[in-house]
Amino acid sequence: MSITEQESAEMKVVGTRISRPDGVDKVTGRARYGADLMLPGMLQGATLRSPHAHAKLISIDTSRAEALPGVKAVVTRDDFKDQPSEIVAAGELPVNYRDVVRNMMAREKVLYDGHPVAAVAATSMSVAKKALKLIQVEYEVLPHVINVVDAMKPGAPILDENLRTQGDESAPDTPTNISKRVQTGFGDVDAGFAAADIIVEREYDTEPVHQGYIEPQACVASYTEDGHAEIWVSTQGHFLIRSFTARLCGLDVSKLKVTPSEIGGGFGGKNNVYGEPIALALSRKAHRPVKMVMSRNEVFRATGPTSGANMKVKVGCTRDGKITAADAVLNYQAGAFPGSPVMQASMTAFACYALENVRVVGFDVVSNRPKVAAYRAPGAQVVAFGVESVMDEMAKKLNMDPVEFRLKNAAKEGVKASFGPTLGPVGLVECLEEIKSHPNYSVPLGPNQGRGVASGFWFNIGGETCVNMNLSEDGTVALMVGTPDIGGSRASMSMMAAEALGIDPKSVTVSVGDTNALGFNFLTAGSRTTFASGKATVEAAQKMILELRSRAAKIWDISVDAVVWEEGEARPASSNAGDFEPLTLAELAKKAPKTGGPIAGHAETNVQGAGPSYASQVADVEVDPETGQVKILRFTVAQDAGKAIHPSYVEGQYQGATAQGIGWALNEAYIYDENGRLENPNFLDYRVPVASDLPMIDSIIVEVPNPNHPYGVRGIGETSIIPVTAAIANAIESATGKRLLKLPMSPPEVLEAIEGNA
Amino acid sequence: MRYEAPDSLDAATELLSSEPGVSRILAGGTDLLVQMHAGMTEPDLIVDIKKIPDLRAIVAEDSGFRIGAAVTGAEMGEHRELKSAWPGVVEAVELIGSTQIQGRATPGGNLCNASPAADSVPAMVAAGATVTVVGTEGTREIPVQEICTGPGQTSLKKGEIVVSFKLPARPSRSGDAYLRMTPRTEMDIAVVGVGVNLTMDQEGNCIDARVAIGAVAPTVLLVPEAAAALIGTKVDESALAELASAASAACRPIDDKRGTKKYRIKVAGVLAKRAAKIAVERAGQSL
Repeated sequence: MSITEQESAEMKVVGTRISRPDGVDKVTGRARYGADLMLPGMLQGATLRSPHAHAKLISIDTSRAEALPGVKAVVTRDDFKDQPSEIVAAGELPVNYRDVVRNMMAREKVLYDGHPVAAVAATSMSVAKKALKLIQVEYEVLPHVINVVDAMKPGAPILDENLRTQGDESAPDTPTNISKRVQTGFGDVDAGFAAADIIVEREYDTEPVHQGYIEPQACVASYTEDGHAEIWVSTQGHFLIRSFTARLCGLDVSKLKVTPSEIGGGFGGKNNVYGEPIALALSRKAHRPVKMVMSRNEVFRATGPTSGANMKVKVGCTRDGKITAADAVLNYQAGAFPGSPVMQASMTAFACYALENVRVVGFDVVSNRPKVAAYRAPGAQVVAFGVESVMDEMAKKLNMDPVEFRLKNAAKEGVKASFGPTLGPVGLVECLEEIKSHPNYSVPLGPNQGRGVASGFWFNIGGETCVNMNLSEDGTVALMVGTPDIGGSRASMSMMAAEALGIDPKSVTVSVGDTNALGFNFLTAGSRTTFASGKATVEAAQKMILELRSRAAKIWDISVDAVVWEEGEARPASSNAGDFEPLTLAELAKKAPKTGGPIAGHAETNVQGAGPSYASQVADVEVDPETGQVKILRFTVAQDAGKAIHPSYVEGQYQGATAQGIGWALNEAYIYDENGRLENPNFLDYRVPVASDLPMIDSIIVEVPNPNHPYGVRGIGETSIIPVTAAIANAIESATGKRLLKLPMSPPEVLEAIEGNA
Repeated sequence: MRYEAPDSLDAATELLSSEPGVSRILAGGTDLLVQMHAGMTEPDLIVDIKKIPDLRAIVAEDSGFRIGAAVTGAEMGEHRELKSAWPGVVEAVELIGSTQIQGRATPGGNLCNASPAADSVPAMVAAGATVTVVGTEGTREIPVQEICTGPGQTSLKKGEIVVSFKLPARPSRSGDAYLRMTPRTEMDIAVVGVGVNLTMDQEGNCIDARVAIGAVAPTVLLVPEAAAALIGTKVDESALAELASAASAACRPIDDKRGTKKYRIKVAGVLAKRAAKIAVERAGQSL
C-alpha cells in the first residue's frame, strides 16, 4: 500500500494520523445508535406495508387492531394532512412535500412492495406484530411496471394520472411515467461527430443498488401534552428531519427538538424521513414515547436505493486521440415518485474531459419500486459506467494507453467544464499521472487476467453551517458542530480547531449538537462536512482567538493589536508592545471570570467555494473462464483530497467507496418476482462484498489544494465510488475480450459473455 | 411458545411426539432462529437438543467416525483425525456461514433444514454417510440422502430426531473434496455444490467413487453415472470430461434468485471435475 502526501511544513496537526475520538466507544459497544435509546413508558412501533407493487387503497379498517390489549395507537393516511406540491432541498436530491407525505404513508395508492399503509404502537413488539395482522386493508390491484425502459413505453401502467413531463415542450398533455426531461451541454455535437474519424456508440443498463448501511433506520419520538416534541434518530441531517417532521405533523419547527444518534452508515440513504413522522404521530396519539426500528427487510423494500438506468453514450474522436463530440441519453429510474439524480448525472457525465461539443439529455422516470434516495455521488456513478466504458473502447480502437488517452483529453484548470463553468485548480491530471507511475500499473498480467482504467468527477458542496466553540475553565475546548459524524469528522474538526488554535487536538472535544443547540445546519451530504463545518470551525477559532487576544490585552493593559496569538498562547506582538510573559489558553481560561466572562467563538455561514474532487482508478481482475467468476486482484485509487486533514480517514473513504463500487459492479441487484415483489430483501441474497471478496485497496492521496478552504480541503467522500464499475468492466474486457454492457457483471452474465451468447 | 432443553433422547422424543401443535428441534439455531425472526414459522414447542451428551460428541470407532448431530462446525474443523480422514466433509461443513455461525451451526441442522443447497449434504452423501434416527418407536439407520424429500421436507416422523452421522472407515488411497459456486467468497449459499469421494489403487486407477450434487434439484442427488465415469479410469482428462457431462446431465435445477438453470447445469460439471482432481490428489497423500 502506498501513500502520497504533500507534507506541509507549516502545519502541525493537519495531515497527521491521530487516534479517532469515537473509536473506543464504538469498539466497546458504548456508542449509542438509533435503536439504543430507552425511555420510561416507551412503546414499540411497527409498520404495515403493502404486499402489492401497485394498487388502489380502497379502505383500511384498524378497529380490530385497536381493540387488541397492549395496542396504544394506530395511525394511517387519515392521521396526516395532505401536502401541496412544494419542492425543497434534501441533500443532493430535491424532494416534493406532496410526495414525501405519500411515500411516508400511502394515500390514494400503494406504489411499491413495502409502501407503508398503517402503523401501530404497542407495549411490545410481539403485540405490535399481532396488531398489524388484524388491520384489514382492501386493495384494488393494478398492473405494475418495474423496469425503466418498460415504464417509458406507451401503454405502460401509469403511477400518477396527474404526472406530465416537465422540461419537454413536445411532450403530450397525457399521463406519463416520465416526470422530467433535462438537457445540458454546449457546442455543436453534430458538427463534432462529422469531424470525428472514429465513433463509438453503445447502450448500457444498470440496476438500482442500495446504500447498504449496516444500521437500519431507527428513531424514538416523544410528544408531550404541551405540544412540544423530541426525536432521537440515526440520520445524516437532524435539521432536515426536524423540517420534514414538523411539516408533516403540523408542528412549529422550534417546538421539535431532534437529537442525532451515532450513525451506522448512511451514504445518502439517511437524508430523508421514513418512520420519524409516523413515530411522532403514534406518540401524540398514545401519549407515550414510541420507538420505530426498521428490519433489514423493511430497509430493502422501502428505503431508497439509487437509480438504475438505461443509457446510450456516443463519443467521437480524431485519429490522433482528440475527442470531437460527446453525446448521451440517460433514462434514470426514480422509483415510485419523481426525483432521480438524472440532472447530476447529466452534469457529471463528461466532466472528466475537455470538450467543445457535448450534449446530455436525461429523463426522470417513475416505476413501482421504492423512491430513490441519494447514494454517494448520486447519478454520477451510474452514468460513469457507460461513459468510461466507451472511453476505454475508444482508447483500444486508437491503440492508445487508456491513461494516455484520458490525459490527452483531461479536464483541467481553465477548461470550460462540460456542465458549464470554467474549472479552477483541479487534480485530474495529477490523479492520472499518479496511477500511471504506480507500480501496480506495470505488474505483469497472467492468463485470464486483465487491467482496466476509469476516472470520475464529483462537485462537492458547501451550504448552511453553524458551529459553536467554547473554552472551558481549564483551557480545554468543547466544539459543537451540527453535521452528524458519518466518516470521522469529529476527528478532523478537532484537528482543524487544534491547528487554528495552536493546541493539542486531544484538548478539543467535538460533539454533534441537537437542533436547539445550534442554528440550521444542512445535512452531512455532498462531501461537505469536513469542508464546510471545517471552514466554520476555523472561523469560530479565529473569532475565539480575537477574544483571547483582547483578554490578554486587557490583562496587560495594551492595545489588542499589540497582542498576537502564536502556538496556543497570547504574546506581545513585539518588544515595543511591552515585556509580558505569554498567556496560555489555560491561563486565559482561568482568568476569564475577571476579564469579561466566558470565552467562545462561533460561526454561522452559508459556506461557498467547494472544490471538486477528481479520481482515477486501476482495477486488475482475474476471470474464471469456466464459471464467470471475477476476482479483484488489485485495485488502485488516486483521488484529489485538496488537503487530507486525517490521511487514514481519507484512505478509508477511498477504500470504502471502492468496496461499494465493487459490489455494484459484480453482484448487487434487486430481484423482483412477476408480481413486483422484492425477492431478495436481505444481505444473503442482496450481495454486498464481504472482506474476502476485496483486495487491499491501494490509496493514493493527491493534494491539489482548494483555494477556498483555509487548509485546502476538498470533499473526498464520494468520488471514488464513481469509476469502479467501469474500471472493472474494462478489466474484464481486457481479460476476456468481451465487453459487458449491463450491471451487475455477475458470474452467469460473465460466463454468458465468454461463451459468446451475449 | 414453550422452550425445553431435555438431557436425554427419551425425554426429547417424548416431548416432540406428545406436542399437539407445531414443534421444532433447536440445535445451533442458525436456520430456525432466522426463520422465526422472519415470521416463517411460529413453533408452539422448541426442543433444544444440545444438552443431550450423545449428540455432542465425535467418536472415532474401528468402523469409522460417529459425529453427534449437534456437534458444531467449529468442533469438526478442530478434530484433527476427522479432518485428516474426511477433508471434503469437514471443508463442506466449514463453508457454512461465518466464524461466528461456525460456533453454532451443526451438521444435523444443516441436513434437517432440508435446503437443496445445504453445503454439508453433498459431501456427506458422497462420503456414503448414514444417520441414526431415534424416535418413540425405536432406532433406524438410513443413508443421509434418504432424509430430505424436497425443499424443507424430510422423511422424519413426528418425534424422530437425527442423533448422529456415521462416516465409514477409509480404505487406503482414498480422498474426498467438496466445492461450491457462490457469487461471493463467503457468507453465501451454494448456487451449485459438488462432493466427490474416491479410492485409487496402486496403479493409479480409480476403483471406487461416489459423486453427489447439490442446489441443482429439489434434494441433493447421488449421481452413479458420474461415479461410473471415474471408476476404472486414471481420472485423466477424458474421464473428467465424462464426469462433467454426467454431473451436468443429472441436474434438474430451477431458475431462481440465486442462479439460472443453464448456469447451474454448466457449473455442476465444472465443479465435479475440479473436486475430482482435488480428491485424487488427496488420495495420493493418504497412503
